[in-house]
Amino acid sequence: MPMTMNRVSVPVTVNEEACIADKGCTVCVESCPLDLLAIDLVKKKAFMQYDECWYCLPCEKDCPTQAIRVDIPYLLR
Amino acid sequence: MSDLIAEVDVLVIGGGTAGPMAAVKAKEKNPALKVMLLEKANVKRSGAISMGMDGLNNAVIPGHATPEQYVKEITVANDGIVNQKTVMAYAQESFNMINQLDRWGVKFEKDETGDYAVKKVHHIGTYVLPMPEGHHMKKVLYRQLKKARVEITNRYMATRLLLDANGAIAGAMVLDTREGSFGVIRAKSVILCTGAAGRLGLPSSGYLFGTYENPTNAGDGYALAYHAGAELSGIECYQINPLIKDYNGPSCAYVTGPFGGYTANSKGERFIECDYWSGQMMMEFYKELEGGNGPVFLKMDHLAEETIGTIEHILHSNERPSRGRFHEGRKLDYRQGMVEMHISEIGLCSGHSASGVWVDEHAATTVPGLYAAGDLACVPHNYMLGAFVYGQFAGQSAAEYAMSHELPAVDAAQVEAERTRVLAPLSVVDGLPPAQVEYKLRRFVNDYLQPPKVTKKMEIGLDRFAEIGADLASMSAANPHELMRAMEVHFIRDCAEMAARASLYRTESRWGLYHYRVEHPEKDDADWFCHAQLKKNEAGEMTCFKRPIEPYIVELDDEEKDAYNRLRVVKQAEAA
Repeated sequence: MPMTMNRVSVPVTVNEEACIADKGCTVCVESCPLDLLAIDLVKKKAFMQYDECWYCLPCEKDCPTQAIRVDIPYLLR
Repeated sequence: MSDLIAEVDVLVIGGGTAGPMAAVKAKEKNPALKVMLLEKANVKRSGAISMGMDGLNNAVIPGHATPEQYVKEITVANDGIVNQKTVMAYAQESFNMINQLDRWGVKFEKDETGDYAVKKVHHIGTYVLPMPEGHHMKKVLYRQLKKARVEITNRYMATRLLLDANGAIAGAMVLDTREGSFGVIRAKSVILCTGAAGRLGLPSSGYLFGTYENPTNAGDGYALAYHAGAELSGIECYQINPLIKDYNGPSCAYVTGPFGGYTANSKGERFIECDYWSGQMMMEFYKELEGGNGPVFLKMDHLAEETIGTIEHILHSNERPSRGRFHEGRKLDYRQGMVEMHISEIGLCSGHSASGVWVDEHAATTVPGLYAAGDLACVPHNYMLGAFVYGQFAGQSAAEYAMSHELPAVDAAQVEAERTRVLAPLSVVDGLPPAQVEYKLRRFVNDYLQPPKVTKKMEIGLDRFAEIGADLASMSAANPHELMRAMEVHFIRDCAEMAARASLYRTESRWGLYHYRVEHPEKDDADWFCHAQLKKNEAGEMTCFKRPIEPYIVELDDEEKDAYNRLRVVKQAEAA
């Protein structure tokens, strides 16, 4: 069947200068209860891959370099 | 067998609250047993308490409460429909569990003499013990898992339980959610600790994952137990909570109540005597919200600066710490304004109400070798401490069962059928996206199942759920993550059908708003003073039946029986 891609604003922002995923860190990817974060294989930085957030904050709290900011999803804000 | 991932003695499914406790206790019972803890996320940050918890809601502490008082309170709060033996088993072990958690390093609030500082929130007794530093709960549990040498398997979800030729547990079939591969774990006994069915109703924001419960808890265990032939109970006694509007998390009256905060109407007036969550309380909340005095608020703006500072510290660092961020965005300061509240989407959860998998006082389900604990196990109003206590019972019981049973043979036909079902969405080309199917399914749940419950609506709902059932085979998954979501849609659909059938079955009203049936508005003790059970019959159909209530072990007097029906504040007649 025909498909389309919808743009959505996602709640998790990664400060790529602070993110040390390029040094092998995957703390945020492992801490997310919903498995929504991933490492961009080209940029070697963490990013939010799926908009299925519970705004629960383990990714932000556990990040060793404070590179993550979780906002309340726009629909709820 | 190429699908075989592991052979263990005890398999614990779900590593949130009850699961880690069950795994540790199974190992303590017999360190020689091979105990595996399977978790859909990562046990370090999984489950309802991924960011900790701000207090114990049901601490039975000598000097403040007795097990008998607690059993009475929960019997009344749950409108009489309890197996008191299960509540009593919890109550008697409650204090030991608190002391054990204290030894493990959980920080409870204590008074100047070092005693636990228990607060009153319930209608009758005193059971709330704050944990202002409760955000470290998962770390405490993780240390114990490591110490007990429990084998941890993260990022796997169970999709069906495996049964032997006699209908006893033989293990579980699982999906590797990162690789998208199917596997079998053979086990002598299995413990379900998969939490609530929290992704059942659609939050009013329309955001699929903005649920009250951790949305990873999609009702997996309810569906697993159902398909294994286990009895479920009280499914019609939904979980519905008073929450911060839009944010959809607790505000939370259990924390603020002891400091003097309370639920108020738009005039700032108190309208319920007690903020403890019960169906009866939710009914009053609903009436006020929908009536001329709505909306409903949590009021703290009358409190002293120091008190509000303390409340903010607890609320903005535990359980749902992002609530502080939400208020900031709406420019709400507890000092100046009240917090607008609303009613949550419906869910199934025995931690808060009574909808769950039927268990006895040893955490045993009706399927041999299958145990359950935590939000999905039917021990009414069990909360986090109940999850720990029943986790302990389940771990001990499952270990004993494993010690006296051989590893059952695997039925290749079950494995083959499940492998086909689980992997199907990967080979459907251009099929329905799981998120779209989930949205439609959960919108129907809101449209047709939300109280007030109307017979015709629920019947239409069943038709819609059947149509969604037919759509499931058309779902496609572009990657392992979507495959996990697709299998969760199967669970959610099962739970929606269970909620509708159980609600239609009980032709009376009970538990306030949780089961308010418009055509049967009165409580009918003559016909319905019983448990309503639900299970899959021999023909594979969903059936409901009555289970008598065991004679009470703690009797109630008439005054007590009626206590939760008198929650509305009665205004004194003005002097003439």
